[in-house]
Amino acid sequence: MKVLLGIGGSDDSFTALEETLERATAAGDDLTIGIVENPESERTPEEVRNRVDEELADVELGVDVRTLSGDPGSELLDVAEREGFDQIVLGGGQRSPMGKIKLGHIAEFVLLNSHVTVKLVRES
Amino acid sequence: MNSDDRSFPEKRAGPFPEPPLSFTDREGRDVEVRAYEEGDEEALVEMYVDFDPADRAQGIPPALESRVHDWVDTLVEGLNVIAWHGDEVAGHATLVPDGDEAWELAIFVHQTYQRAGIGSKLIRALLGHGKDNGIEKVWLTVERWNRAAVSLYEDVGFETASSESFELEMVLRI
Repeated sequence: MKVLLGIGGSDDSFTALEETLERATAAGDDLTIGIVENPESERTPEEVRNRVDEELADVELGVDVRTLSGDPGSELLDVAEREGFDQIVLGGGQRSPMGKIKLGHIAEFVLLNSHVTVKLVRES
Repeated sequence: MNSDDRSFPEKRAGPFPEPPLSFTDREGRDVEVRAYEEGDEEALVEMYVDFDPADRAQGIPPALESRVHDWVDTLVEGLNVIAWHGDEVAGHATLVPDGDEAWELAIFVHQTYQRAGIGSKLIRALLGHGKDNGIEKVWLTVERWNRAAVSLYEDVGFETASSESFELEMVLRI
């Protein structure tokens, strides 16, 4: 399966990264990682890139890593639709102090606008 | 979002009554609102285990009983008030510290006790209890289509701080 993982640097996006690498290794997915700028995250794209490279060093997987500039949600949708991806994967939201789940803005946008299947990964 | 980014109203809402308080609900049931005490936890868990799944919001209360225990453990670290009908929990309201000088509020009324005016008493008693314990800044998120909840929050003075996403974020100073 051709999978596009969007990462903006929030904690839940790294949970999605770990889960997606595990799944891609087991299932032989063709994985592309799109690093986007998430205004809700304090991590810079460079920091995100370094973290992604560290995780990739631990797996035997050829992954295409790109930095996408511009509006994160619409860039991810553009790439997914133009290049025929089967699935977009994103972090499934953060929990508030009392445990309420709050989806990020990018996930909300992608869920509402995507023609491609969207998978949200939540910390168990 | 950190409460650094959140702005709270200048003006204080209230006054709010402090628990305990007793009243008769719109169904004629005698209800007492009391601050949480050690030993209440089991009855609280019982209410949440029996909570109508259709009334869940934003992932809480958790569906699995084992998770309900852990979740209630977290909540009782904060400030809590419980609405009792006899020895049964009719509703529960909680303030959980966000680590940034503000507190996150939530309120739950068991399906048997909804639409009887209990939520309105419960949230006021929680805010009174919070103020009594030195809390000033309170916030919450609510699904924007949950009109009953939104109007309850507005009635006690909450203002909408952000409405850009699926949830509204509301803020209050007490």
